[in-house]
Formats: sequence, structure tokens, C-alpha cells
Amino acid sequence: MTYIRPAFHHPALPQNELGYTRKDYEGSISTLCAGCGHDSISAAIVEACFELNIEPHKVAKLSGIGCSSKTPAYFLNQSHGFNSVHGRMPSVATGAYLANTDLLYLGVSGDGDSASIGMGQFVHAIRRSLNITYIVMNNGCYGLTKGQDSATADYGYVAKAGHKNIYEAIDLCGLAIELGAGFVAQSFSGDKKQLIPLIKAAMSYQGFAFLNVLSPCVTFNNNSGSTKSYDYIREHNAVMSGMDFIPVKEEITADYQEDTVREIELHDGSYIRLHKLQQGWNPEDKYAVVNALHKARASHEILTGLLYINNDQMPLHQIIRLTDTPLNKLTEQALVPGAGILDQINASFA
Amino acid sequence: MSGINDFVIRFANVNGTGSASANFLFAKTLFRMGIPVSPKNIFPSNIQGLPTWYEVRVCDKGYLGRREGIDLMVCVNPQSLEKDVASVKDGGYFLYDSTKPLHTEFLRSDIHYLPVPLMSLCNENFTDARQKQLFKNMVYVGALAVLLNLDFEVIAQLVGEQFKGKEKLIQPNILALNLGADYVRKHFDFPLSFHAEKRNLTHGKIMIDGNTAAALGALYGGATVVPWYPITPSTSLVDAFTEYAEQYRVDPETGRKNFAVIQAEDELAAMGMVIGAMWNGARAFTATSGPGLSLMNEFLGLAYFAEIPAVLIDVQRAGPSTGMPTRTQQSDVLLAAYASHGDTKNVLLFPSTPDECFELTATAFDLAEDLQTPVIVMSDLDLGMNDHISEPLHWQNGRTYNRGKVLSAEELEQTKGWGRYLDVDHDGVPYRTIPGTHPQKGSYFTRGSSHDEYSRYTEDADTYVRIMDRLLLKFHKAATLVPEPEFYGDDVSAEFGIIYFGTTHHAAMEALDMLSAVDLTAYAMRLKAFPFSQKVRQFTERFDKIYVIEQNRDAQMRTLLINELEIHPERLIKVLNYDGTPITADLIVHKISSDIHSSTLIRS
Repeated sequence: MTYIRPAFHHPALPQNELGYTRKDYEGSISTLCAGCGHDSISAAIVEACFELNIEPHKVAKLSGIGCSSKTPAYFLNQSHGFNSVHGRMPSVATGAYLANTDLLYLGVSGDGDSASIGMGQFVHAIRRSLNITYIVMNNGCYGLTKGQDSATADYGYVAKAGHKNIYEAIDLCGLAIELGAGFVAQSFSGDKKQLIPLIKAAMSYQGFAFLNVLSPCVTFNNNSGSTKSYDYIREHNAVMSGMDFIPVKEEITADYQEDTVREIELHDGSYIRLHKLQQGWNPEDKYAVVNALHKARASHEILTGLLYINNDQMPLHQIIRLTDTPLNKLTEQALVPGAGILDQINASFA
Repeated sequence: MSGINDFVIRFANVNGTGSASANFLFAKTLFRMGIPVSPKNIFPSNIQGLPTWYEVRVCDKGYLGRREGIDLMVCVNPQSLEKDVASVKDGGYFLYDSTKPLHTEFLRSDIHYLPVPLMSLCNENFTDARQKQLFKNMVYVGALAVLLNLDFEVIAQLVGEQFKGKEKLIQPNILALNLGADYVRKHFDFPLSFHAEKRNLTHGKIMIDGNTAAALGALYGGATVVPWYPITPSTSLVDAFTEYAEQYRVDPETGRKNFAVIQAEDELAAMGMVIGAMWNGARAFTATSGPGLSLMNEFLGLAYFAEIPAVLIDVQRAGPSTGMPTRTQQSDVLLAAYASHGDTKNVLLFPSTPDECFELTATAFDLAEDLQTPVIVMSDLDLGMNDHISEPLHWQNGRTYNRGKVLSAEELEQTKGWGRYLDVDHDGVPYRTIPGTHPQKGSYFTRGSSHDEYSRYTEDADTYVRIMDRLLLKFHKAATLVPEPEFYGDDVSAEFGIIYFGTTHHAAMEALDMLSAVDLTAYAMRLKAFPFSQKVRQFTERFDKIYVIEQNRDAQMRTLLINELEIHPERLIKVLNYDGTPITADLIVHKISSDIHSSTLIRS
């Protein structure tokens, strides 16, 4: 690509509380296809981080391999990024997180990366309650190798090449809830209004926050017969509630009638406010959510919004009683037991 | 050949019957009596029921390698009777449980039988079923103590140490020992012609397994993140790390941990976590064996190309595939050296003894961070899981870690035009940054795809070649930093050279003496690292003929030497042992002398 983004910095660009502009959260120019859903998700991440007043260098963004995994190059240029190997981002993120629990970890993956080659690592990162925001940009196909079906492609959908998918799809949200993820949401790359607050809430959550974002592949999976096309998702999207994210310091204002609003306080003191709740919908009731996902699947509906939240989730570093000082800051003084202790150890083998 | 402090004894047991601690007691007693001793476990991949052996070589001369020829077999396993009787050398002894009579087919006229009714002695003196079985082992130790003239005071002292905190168990153990001892005194002549005599040859030494020593090396070396996946024979290494870390790495005030041990879902994840942690500035390692190394190849390639430090301890076992999980080999040399697809080379360290397991593991972290690349410590089952007499582990207070070229916030502030892969110092090693260091400077995008000096994706031919060539330059630098080889023997009159590494050490030392006794003078080099330094090259240029001794079928180290130093293959002669048992001096001497004799014949 030969695009060059102007270095010009407009003095009137709006700044967040830290004095950063949106530009400070941007990345390099995307090399994905024009109209790719992934670019909209990247833009939503930029907006979410800007609005959350995150210091960009306090974020580590990690990914696997595939179109989705390229995107960390397209946002948060001032954050360290790690484009690892196919399906193995969760383990790299686990190691990085254990080394320094002071950073925010943002994992970006795709349906091939997480539901096929990386299924093992995806599953175990959830099981361990890794403290990460894990976004799957889900387009139901392998874009980078020209459109093969992925494991999240729906049964019976028709690929651009004309064949019907003969296998059942893996529902990553249902799986994440089963495995004990504390925050599970589903959204659509074309719904910025829903996506941005969801990313903000996920990044404020302590524990494994999973976001499955349906993100049409304009080149290989946007045809009629596809169940991951822009048109199909718009037609079958069942929004479970509206959502606002209210940061710690902001005053809670009552815009909605009490009986249709549900507020969930996160550990850092921020709030998720759900409104226009579907009747009987309760994202804190695991059994009801799993049930709803099964029903939606049978009726070809795509549930979006905050699907499930468990505020009692304990993140990995607490489970294993890790010290507060990041491990990467410990020096010889804390790490070496000393020659005297080694003499004692030697004596126990004499 | 066998005599005072010079014999081999083998115990034939059933796995899971508590024989290990009794057998260890026997070996440790000899060690405490000041006599060089080398015990080897020959065990099955099984928890309970299959035959297992424990072999102890006693040697005044200090040869700690394995020796063929069993002088005394202690057989408490009917399953392996036939094999066990056959394995005793002419004139040797066979001690067995005579509670049931020995079938005549197992009687050999050329060996001596020592029938001791182990089971019935236990039945008469103990009531608990489990105790009856466990103390059978102590009864034969007591019998051996008399037959071999062991110091009873030392044994009693060791029993006291073993059951510290469980004092109730001391008395019945001593009783069992005495049952065996008394039986021998009553029924046999004692001691045997070969037996033990107190010496002062192990003073100041310790007896420890390589896995524990390596774990302590990692603890002192500053490892904080330890992801792992259980696999024989590396499991006890992480177990030992955890045990010591729980003791010495826990904040006394908060009870919180200065380390994270994570049992990963597989070896791929274990290596991924190591890489993630070291990318983020913590010291991390994992331990594995052959099958795990195969799985880690993908990640090792990433760490090599993206230049991320990583430390791996490979406790090698017999391959290929699942191979023989409980047998030793040095058969991962090539896989480790060139791990991953594409052009890759990794730094390898080869410890020979437990104290080297400690030192080289601690050093591996310095090298990995200094060079920003994976470093693999190549141990093996023999070293890792057997107890060895070793120099004490050594740590100099005040020793600091070499964290390599890592830029601080202040340094970044002053740096202009930093690029993650810029070779500023022209030594092949660029400067790296740790996430979260500086608000505006030092961020970059780590990737396993081709990148330029600023870590930007590129498919530009010149840039790719430049980066790949710099990685070679870095590898040349590594050759100047890794531990130098050790040399042994007569460097003046030597007619040929010997190269070996790792656990071949003790057998090779003994073989050198045996060869010189028949006027075959050799000069030996023990490799301690890959890449090969100038000293290694000079050694290979010095001799027309060099025997390369190793414990694998395909002479992998020889291949590595030929490939890296462009040595004519004719000059490097294979001396191989790959049956899964530790190599012996006899095998080395036999192969070298028969080669020399056959080549002399051809020439004349």
C-alpha cells in the first residue's frame, strides 16, 4: 500500500482527559479490503480507548494470524503489539500478562484463529480466567487464503464459490459461557453504537472478557446465501438491550424509565447500563442466557449485546496469589535467595 | 576386576512397591561412607506393577559412569527372574526372596546364591499388609549391609533424617534392617570378597539429581514465569522449582508469590507463555522432553526471528515419537539446534553434571536476554532423574543478571530514530523495549513475518536478506559468549582426538584412562555449547582422526560439527550408544580400539 497519512495535527482536534486526541490512538493505514468489517472494529477500538482515557502505552495488543490478526497494526500505534503465530495468541498473552499485570491486554483473533487452529488455547485461556479483552472478528471464512469455510460458518450456508457448508458451526459465545468466561458479548461490526460501549465495558472488566464481533468479509462472504453478510446480519440481528458504558467519574443520569433499565457496577466503579431490555432478559443468569442462545440458533436469530456477565469472576493473578509488583520489575534482590540459602540446600544433599 | 569398593549391584523390584527409598538409602550410605557411587534408575513408563531396576556402581577410582557386569543381583521381582539370573556375571552373587523356593531352571552353577526369606521375615514381624511389603525392601538393605560391610551407624543416621517428623517410623525400619542383617550373620559367610570400606573421597560433595539442580539454577537465575506441561523425564524439574519457590519466593508479609507456575494445556502453550513473558521483560522458562520439543518448534522459530529471549530445558529421552519415555538418549541435538522451519539456529548448552545443570541454567537466562534469542539447555534422563555425586551448587552473592540491551524510559527519551531491529552496535544484537516503558517512544509491532529494522512488514528482498544476515552475525557473536569446551588427557603425545558432551562425561573419562593403559593416547574435548567457538574449531583442525562419542543412532553431534565447521566427514568417526541405557566406558574403548585395529590392518 502506498497511502501516506498526513502527519499534520489539527490544533483543534478534541482531546480526552489525558490530553490525547483520537489520532494518538490510531494505527497505520489498513491493508485489508475496502469495506472490510474488521476496519470498523479497529475504528471502534480507537474510539473506545479514546473515550476511556487509556494511556496508549499501557496497552499491549496481541494477535494470532489471519486478516483479523493484522488489525492491531491499524490501531494504537503507541502500544506495543505482538502478532504471534496462528492460534497461539492466548498463550503469548498469558505469559505477557503474568510478567506485568499493570498493563491492559487486548487480544485480537479471528474465527479460524480461535475456533480451529487455536481452539485449545482459546478454551484454556478462558478456563484460567486470563485478564484480557478478547475480540474475535468473526466472518465465518478464511479471508487471507481466499474464502474457505471456517468452523463458525453456519450449517447450510452457501459460500461465494457456490457450495453448501455441510458441518455444524461452533458458537464461540455459547462455548465461552460454558467455560466460565465472566464477560461475554456479541456484536456486529456495522453497529458502532453498540460496539463501542461493549468494548469499553470489556476493557474495564476484570477477568476474561470475550467479544464475538460478526464482521462480514466483503470479498469472500458477503453473497446471498451467506449467513455472515451485512444484509443477513442486519435482518437477523436481535438486540437484547441497548447499552451505555458509564466511566467511574461520570454522574449517573436517569435518561430512561426505571423499570426498563438495569445497571451493573464493575470492579473499578464504572457502570454498564442496559436499557430497552428484551422482556425477561437477564445477562447475569447463566442458564437463561445459554437457553436463549440455543433458541436463537434454532430460529436463525443472532443475539447481540451484552450476553452474559459475572461480576464475581476472579482474574488469574488473584487465583494464583501473585504479588502486586509486576514480575518484570523484580530485581536480583527479590529473586535470589542468596548464597547462604544455597549452602543450606547443598547441605540437605550432603 | 571387582574388589574393595569396586563392584556393581543391581536391584530388581516391582514398580510402586516402595523400593526406591530403600535403594536410595543403600546408595546414600556408601556416599556418606566417603565412597564414590553412582546409582541409576532403570524404570518403566508405569506407575505400578512393571519391573524396575536400580543399579549402583561403587568405584574407588571415582569413575561414575555405568559399568557392565553385575557382581550382585538383589531380586525381589519374580516377573524378571529369568533375565535377572542371566545378567549376573560369572562368579557373581544372586540374592533373592527365598520365601518360595527358586525353580531349578533358575539355578546356574557359575554363580552364588544368597537365599533370604524376605517375605516370611516380614510376615513374622509385621502385621500391617502395606508395611509387610515396604519393609521387605529394608530387610534386604540390612542383609546387604552385612554382606558388603556397610556402616550401620550411617544407615541409622540416614533413616533418622528420612523420617524426621515421623519418628514413629524409625523403629520399625531399624527392626527390618536388623532382620536382614541377623539372617545374613547366621546363614552366610560375610563380608563378600568385594565389599565396601570407608574412604574420604566424597567429602565436600553433594548427591543430587540434575533436574533439582537445574530447577535451583532457574530459581537463582531469576525465573518468575514457569509454564509447563508434564512429560517424563522433565516433570521433576518443575516440581522442584515449585517446591523451592514456595519456600523462597513468597512474600513473608502478604503470602503472595513472586513467581507464577502455570500448568499449560500443551507444550505449544508452555512455550508461547515463555515467549510472552520474556517479551514483556520477565524471566521465564519451561522444561520438556523430545515430544514437547517437537511441538515447540513453531514458537522457537518465532522467538528466533522476532528476537525474543526464551529459555527451554530439554531433558532428553529415547525417541523417535513416544519412543522409550523412561530411557536416556542425546537424540534431540539436531532438532534443537535447527528448531523450526526456515533458516534457524538456536543456542544450546550441554551440562554434564548437576552443578553444571545449575550453572548453565542460570547462565541460559543471561545468554537469552543478552542475545535476544532462545537458549536450550540440553540435559537428559540420566542426568536429570538419577542422583549424581556433584560439586556443591555455587552462587556468588552480588552476582547480577545480564538483562541485555533493554532501553529504559530515560534512555528512550534521549534516543532518536530508534528501530527495534537496527544494528546500532554492529554486533548483530539490536536494542529492545519493554511494553509500558515510555508514553510516546519505543512501541513497535513484534511479528514473525518478515520485517524491516523498524519492525514494519516487508517483502523487500534486500531488507529480508539484511535481517537474515544480521541474525547470522548475532549467532557468530553467540559463539564468543557461550561457555568454552573443557579439555582432558594428554595434549602433547595424543594420536587422536575425542569429542563428547553431556552425560557421556564419566564414561569418557574412564575410557581415556583405559585407552592410555593400552598405549592409546587421546586428547578429549567436552563440548559445552552450540554454536561452536574458535577453540572447538581449532581442536577439530588439530587431529586427523577424531572420535565423536554420543548417545543417539544418527551421530547428530557429528553431523552438526561437519555442517557448521565444514569438516571432512572421514575425519570424524562415530562412537554411538543408543539402546536407552547410559553409555559405558567399555563400549567406548571397545569401539575406538576396534576401529584403530581395523584401520591399522587395512593400512598394513
